[in-house]
Amino acid sequence: MRKIFDFHGGIHPPENKHQSVQRPIAFAGVPPELTIPLSQHIGAPAVPVVEVGQRVFKGQVIAQPKGLVSVPVHASSSGTVTAIEDRLVPHISGHSAPCIVIATDGKDEWLPDIGDSATPDFEHIDKPELLERIRAAGIAGMGGAGFPSAVKLAVKPGVQIETLILNGTECEPYITADDVLMRERAAQIIGGARILRHIINPQETLLGIEDNKPEALAAMRAAVADTDLQVVEFPTKYPSGGEKQLIEILTGKQVPSGGLPSDVGIVCQNMGSAAAIYDAIVLGRPLISRITTVTGDAVREPRNFEVLIGTPMRYLLQQAGYEAGKNNRLIMGGPMMGFTVPDHAVPVVKTTNCLLAPTEAELPTPPPAQACIRCGLCAQACPASLLPQQMFWFAQGKEFDKLEEHNLFDCIECGACSYVCPSNIPLVQYYRASKAEILKLRRDHEKSEHSRLRFEARQERLERAEREKEEKRAARKQAAEAKAREASSAGSGEQDPIAAAIERAKAKKAAQSAGEDSSSELEKLEKAVVSTRKRLDTALAKLREAKDQGADHIDALQAGVDKTQAKLRAAEEALNAYQLANASTNGQNDAGAEQPTSDDSAPSAAQAAIERALAAREAEAALPPQERARANLEKLQQRLASSRAKLAQSRDAGEAEKVIEALESSVERLTEKIAAAKQQLQDLESA
Amino acid sequence: MALMRITSPHAHGPMSTQRVMQNVLLATVPGIVVLTHFFGFGTLVNILWGSVVALACEALALKLRGRDVGFYLKDCSALVTAFLLCIALPPYAPWWLIAVGIASSILLAKHFYGGLGYNPFNPAMVGYVVLLISFPLQMTQWAPPRGVGEVPGLLEALQACFMPASYDAVTMATPLDVLRQNNSLLLEDLWKETAQFGRWAGIGWEWVNIAFLAGGAWLLYQRIFTWHAPVAMLASLALLAALFYDGGSSASGGSPLFHLLSGATMFGAFFIVTDPVTSAVSLRGRLIYGALIGVLIYTIRVRGNYPDAVAFAVLIMNFAAPFIDHYTQPRTYGHKRGEHKP
Repeated sequence: MRKIFDFHGGIHPPENKHQSVQRPIAFAGVPPELTIPLSQHIGAPAVPVVEVGQRVFKGQVIAQPKGLVSVPVHASSSGTVTAIEDRLVPHISGHSAPCIVIATDGKDEWLPDIGDSATPDFEHIDKPELLERIRAAGIAGMGGAGFPSAVKLAVKPGVQIETLILNGTECEPYITADDVLMRERAAQIIGGARILRHIINPQETLLGIEDNKPEALAAMRAAVADTDLQVVEFPTKYPSGGEKQLIEILTGKQVPSGGLPSDVGIVCQNMGSAAAIYDAIVLGRPLISRITTVTGDAVREPRNFEVLIGTPMRYLLQQAGYEAGKNNRLIMGGPMMGFTVPDHAVPVVKTTNCLLAPTEAELPTPPPAQACIRCGLCAQACPASLLPQQMFWFAQGKEFDKLEEHNLFDCIECGACSYVCPSNIPLVQYYRASKAEILKLRRDHEKSEHSRLRFEARQERLERAEREKEEKRAARKQAAEAKAREASSAGSGEQDPIAAAIERAKAKKAAQSAGEDSSSELEKLEKAVVSTRKRLDTALAKLREAKDQGADHIDALQAGVDKTQAKLRAAEEALNAYQLANASTNGQNDAGAEQPTSDDSAPSAAQAAIERALAAREAEAALPPQERARANLEKLQQRLASSRAKLAQSRDAGEAEKVIEALESSVERLTEKIAAAKQQLQDLESA
Repeated sequence: MALMRITSPHAHGPMSTQRVMQNVLLATVPGIVVLTHFFGFGTLVNILWGSVVALACEALALKLRGRDVGFYLKDCSALVTAFLLCIALPPYAPWWLIAVGIASSILLAKHFYGGLGYNPFNPAMVGYVVLLISFPLQMTQWAPPRGVGEVPGLLEALQACFMPASYDAVTMATPLDVLRQNNSLLLEDLWKETAQFGRWAGIGWEWVNIAFLAGGAWLLYQRIFTWHAPVAMLASLALLAALFYDGGSSASGGSPLFHLLSGATMFGAFFIVTDPVTSAVSLRGRLIYGALIGVLIYTIRVRGNYPDAVAFAVLIMNFAAPFIDHYTQPRTYGHKRGEHKP
């Protein structure tokens, strides 16, 4: 006898399963219209590949998967596509979503080549091919969440799965879909289990079934008689069927918070999914129907139906003798975790395990909530060992950090706490709302963090560009100065007038107005320190916030803070060093500033002239020699022209002889120079 | 008919706050019967008058706070407070004493803090302590038990309550008082010489405690609360009593059995310490909470100035409950122990 473990908490609500197991599974029939949602699974919706007006066969692909976590959708019966549009779908939010609507022709005609890929000897097919076929059959977890089975079975390479668990717990009250499936189609399930075992190659395969299903247990035990699959019976308790709870019951292991069962070497599958996998591989048929329990006091003949996917709930309910007048709410799923559907026209989907149509007496409208008396019954019932009453307190006060500290996100929303609450507080509703709000805040935070990083990167880029420009300018200036100095020292007689001017200006500047420059330098350094400190403060605040929220990017933020701190230190050091070095010169400058300066504008004018000359020279230097020679020639010719004009003017005006002579000589010199320049240009051109 | 749209779960268990409160009221019955048997109708009159005042105070507070009076009165929490305080008060207490106590409980300790579920301190014990500090004389007058003195009848009880001036009270020190003031006699001799001692503790008190124990056990069976806090309290009280029993010398603090069956021990353990609103929440937290109350009860009884200590011990630990909760958060599924850093 295998050791069975217990999990914390749990409740024993009235089971109400007997009503729907009195009759065998019946085929619900082909409804006049099928509404097949494109998204019946977790992941990206499928993309339609049929057109309005097109005739489709039963089992034909009408929408292809989009992306990895997605499955195709098949036509559940033959007929004509009449619309591809948004219709109400069974979803907790009660929203509309894209559906393919098929008007059935009643022939229920299979696609001609269906079953061609049937392979009873699946052992010869390799694993990726099997997974692809499971995906192509449109199989998504049929227990409730609807996670694509192929994705769940594609265990990461290198991970050894010890235990494959088939979940036949069905712990929710009222639901008996898996129960009757196990009773009537045990061989099909075991066939599926063998395929699953072949795919993931576990050391053991366990079929977990609660002890309130003796007929199912007997049928399954008989079916596994000659195999190494084990049927494990364990005491009935809600929510044993939760994946995490079932894993703990059967193996004593707990799935790490935020992790997957495969992290502890376990893969779980639903009984219905196993049967569907058998159909897909061995019979080559896609998932187009499922077993759905129709029960509650508002139906006369509660029972299980084999229902075509896309059948409107109204049609299905009618098959069970639905009395609309007695029904106050229509629930898809069970009374603990099921959700109400907004309309009877909503279709049955791959995850519809139950349609519960209770009367008001059966499931009364919840009375108004009373105050929480902190009785702790919820904490005793919680299968995740949370403290629901504390979380309720924090949820009311919107203390989201406290909620996360109390592991709100480990809540599986099983409803056990709300069930036992003597004050009728809708606890799960509070947790759902809080989770949604926290997720929204996280998204917003991420967004703002993203834009902050972008802004800072931009600022840094601009600063860097500015700095580089500044450096280049300084380097150019230095090079020019060095050249000038070289020229002045080398050519002793031929003193470069520009270099000389620079030297003069420099000397003047050093003597006179070093103070102005240094003060701006000081300001810059001070500003750097202040802004760095400010950045450090915001970075620290952000880090603290992130730590409180337990965000993921704490490391990155920490690194940022460290860097900013280092920068601040560097900036402060630079400032200090500067202040020390300038302590003496500042005094001098202050004294010098008091002296009246007669030629206040002169240095700046000279400076400007120098700058212009330097720029001109640089521009000249940048040109190729030929061009330079040509430019030179042009300039000389201009100068000659202006000199001649001046000479003519002077002669007309009858100026002094001396002046006229000087002008004449300059004209002569220029003519000579032009001749030389012409010669040079010719030489260059001929070379 | 339009379909109702509400979120899961759709099923609800049979338990309601009203039923919890009614069960608690029912569980006090054996204790009240035994109290009445040994000390006369004083406690019953207390409870009747106290309940009237409590319902009036509750209705007034709800009205002032703009709440639905009928809806909230039905939760029976005011009645529970009245029962608990009136059981703790000495029988034959004057009407005004009871009224002041109840008003302190309902208005001061409960509604000033936001009503049911929001009060950090046990309302009944706040009322008790207000009275004990304000009217120490009236609060320490206990009637002699049947078999030791004359037990007054119903008329006399009514007279004591509503015409206190014309009532001549007969009072006697409680066994806890006698023991506390003893510093010369061996316990054996004290037992022989003092009329109000019975087999293990005071005459009458033994049975009163056993009756409250029975009521508490029934509540445990009904799963109204868990065993953790009361058992921890009784265990730590008995342990300390055993440690300092001293073989029954004149300096002895009294035997474990004496402490378990004296004063408000069982009443406190099953009806006061278990108050969910003001106690620690997690099971580990409740163990600590109960055990520390036991320690405080013993310390105050033996070393303190007041003969019984449940009220003070409970109020002090009410202060500590949120702190205990903070450090005893249970390990959540899928998390490692000690992973949560408070």
